[in-house]
Amino acid sequence: MSERKTTNVEVRLPSRMGFEKVAMSTAASVAKLMGFREDRIEDLKTAVAEACINAIEHGNRLNEKLSVGVILAAGEDSLEVKVIDDGKGMHTQPAKPDIDRKMHGEEDPRGMGMFLIQALVDEAEWVAGSDGKSSYVRLVIRLDKDQA
Amino acid sequence: MQSETKSHVDQVTSPAGHPVTVLRFEGDIASTSKDAVLGTYQALPKATAKLILLDFTKVDYINSSGIALVIQLLIEASNSGQKVAAFGLSAHFTKVFTMVGITKYAGLFPDQTAALAAL
Repeated sequence: MSERKTTNVEVRLPSRMGFEKVAMSTAASVAKLMGFREDRIEDLKTAVAEACINAIEHGNRLNEKLSVGVILAAGEDSLEVKVIDDGKGMHTQPAKPDIDRKMHGEEDPRGMGMFLIQALVDEAEWVAGSDGKSSYVRLVIRLDKDQA
Repeated sequence: MQSETKSHVDQVTSPAGHPVTVLRFEGDIASTSKDAVLGTYQALPKATAKLILLDFTKVDYINSSGIALVIQLLIEASNSGQKVAAFGLSAHFTKVFTMVGITKYAGLFPDQTAALAAL
């Protein structure tokens, strides 16, 4: 059995809005090195930014004493990103936003982050820590055979 | 850390001869952009600003909080009987706006000329 190589890059962010762009830029740089197409890198950037925003705002509740961990694992044909916070994690699957309900005031105009994450990457899962803290979201984006 | 959102307002005329108000944004569109997006829109005279274009040509980063501000603007515009269209979004953010359904309430165009022609 051949051993599959992965290269890890880790970033630690303060729980302050705006720092999601550091993770976004790092993920874009790794994806570019791996040979991802520009449109897939843009998808990844938005997904990583939204995952970090959720971790900062909801997971760590903007508590700057807590940090958000971002681990990028570059494999031969895919990039996995874990965004880790100190929150309890998500227990429901993201719903598709309903623009008509939003326009009629029946649904909060916000709350699209998880939907965007799920729609823009190949895999997305939300994992709650067994101890009620340190949950994470795991994203995977795959290299298409014709772009490698 | 988030770059400040700048905005300014231009008045132009469509090929059909209608007055059009253009809100031009620059920088990030995020949770900190409420004044630049909603504040600038809300300062427009509702009686005369009936056709509104949103210019995203100089915007590099829009997150879900920023999209929510655009939706809030569309809600207020709809309630005021104003027509809104947008132009200058990158291919990626055109896709994102389409995914969340904004195109049902605001046409998206590649540039100002195309947007004005459609009004």
